[in-house]
Amino acid sequence: MTEAASERAVEAVFREEYGRISASLIRALGDFDTAEEALQDAFTEALEQWRRDGVPRNPAAWLTHVARRRAVDRLRRAQVRDRGAAELRERAPAADAPIERLEAMLDSSVEDDRLRLIFTCCHPALSPEAHVPLTLRSLCGLQTAEIARAFLVPEATLAQRLVRAKKKIREAGVPYRVPPDHLLPERLPSVLAACYLVFNEGYSATSGPALVRTDLAREAIRLARLLVELMPDEPEALGLLALMRLQHSRSAARVSGTGELVLLADQDRALWDSAAIAEGRELVERALRMQRPGPYQIQAAIAAVHSESTSEADTDWPQIVRLYDELLRLKPSPVVALNRAVAVAMAEDAGAGLEALAAVAESGALEEYHLYHATRADFLRRMGRAAEARAAYTRALELARTEAERAFLRGRLSP
Amino acid sequence: MRYVALIYSDEAAEADMSPEETGALMSAYGKFHEEFDPTGMIPEGARLRPTGSATSIRVRNGETVTTDGPFAETKEHLGGFYMIEAPDLDAAIAVAAKIPTARTGTVELRPVWEMEDM
Repeated sequence: MTEAASERAVEAVFREEYGRISASLIRALGDFDTAEEALQDAFTEALEQWRRDGVPRNPAAWLTHVARRRAVDRLRRAQVRDRGAAELRERAPAADAPIERLEAMLDSSVEDDRLRLIFTCCHPALSPEAHVPLTLRSLCGLQTAEIARAFLVPEATLAQRLVRAKKKIREAGVPYRVPPDHLLPERLPSVLAACYLVFNEGYSATSGPALVRTDLAREAIRLARLLVELMPDEPEALGLLALMRLQHSRSAARVSGTGELVLLADQDRALWDSAAIAEGRELVERALRMQRPGPYQIQAAIAAVHSESTSEADTDWPQIVRLYDELLRLKPSPVVALNRAVAVAMAEDAGAGLEALAAVAESGALEEYHLYHATRADFLRRMGRAAEARAAYTRALELARTEAERAFLRGRLSP
Repeated sequence: MRYVALIYSDEAAEADMSPEETGALMSAYGKFHEEFDPTGMIPEGARLRPTGSATSIRVRNGETVTTDGPFAETKEHLGGFYMIEAPDLDAAIAVAAKIPTARTGTVELRPVWEMEDM
């Protein structure tokens, strides 16, 4: 087997299985670092052995087995270090007891280990800025350097956040479990939010040269799928997965061949991923049938309305305005109000949109937000107020953070 | 695990409470004890007298320096504590959230650094 082929095989199994193996090791060991190191050992071993002997018939089982062995080895070595070799020999059976316990726990590994792990990673006692990196590191197997690059944080800063969070989990006794039902309403949102943050960073990078980082978006969809699989009765988890599938279905149409942002109105709808749309719509319907609406479900419903329209003109804009009203009721936010103003402009006209926008702008919360100025500019342009539109586009350009968005705004400004 | 719940509150506001308000607070603490004393989860605890009675001690170069008042000048002061015995942080949070002063002040939970962790 060629080096490249075996490396790809290891990589694929690693991505697929990392969360499952990591979660069961962390549960059994009660320790993030040993689990991480054992998995790294197994990964390195797989690279060597699979190249030499070919990929085993069941690569996931192979990787799990080796990772467990390495975890036990590490635990044993740590014990020897802690107690002194002589003493260990004297009391060999007693010293082995924790290892036997570990092996028994690993064998009893249950399906929802990954769910426990994500709730631990997003525990409210941990700093919110550690939730996403800890989840990506321990459940998705992303390297610290990769996460740091994706979120444009210096690697040392991110490593420090991870160390602090893992230390707090250990020292403060943050439990490794899915919270009981009565705590779920307060605990699930931070898990869903972490997942959506990963997606957004992948889908519409907040800064930097690339507009879409597909890897992170895929990782987030994988996480949401896991949440849905493990909590099938949570409509908001379904709503989140639906929302991501529907948004991601447009990713191929969202950036032009030259890397420029393409607005929804100008997108080639033939490039939309129809399988993703079908799945997304099916998921929204399933969620809404549970009759417990939430912000993710409503956002998914809005995305679904767009997905069933063949053009901007035949989109059911009044329905979208109604959904935004519902979303504002559930979760008031100036950004949601901004999006509602866009829908109002489509349902009625640019003047009505501008009026809705003026009401939002009163709070001043959007003053530094480039999309507010870009939206206002667009309304003014459509109303023929060219000079005011120019000024608003200029302000948007000053505030825009990705190169693709800046290129789009420069295009609007050039005569 | 053992945690210490440090109870911080606005001392000035508490001093200004009417007798009815003080009575209500006391009876809320009474209910808290009724609920948790039988569980053995709060083996120790104490209400502290206001910071007007505090004395701060520093020993520097072998010399004991004694000053009037608390260590830090803040709006919220340490007004009491409980020792909490709980299997994990979530269980400790559940107890801490029931401490009546959590509704007006702040309860800080700190895991105890046990001898065997040293």
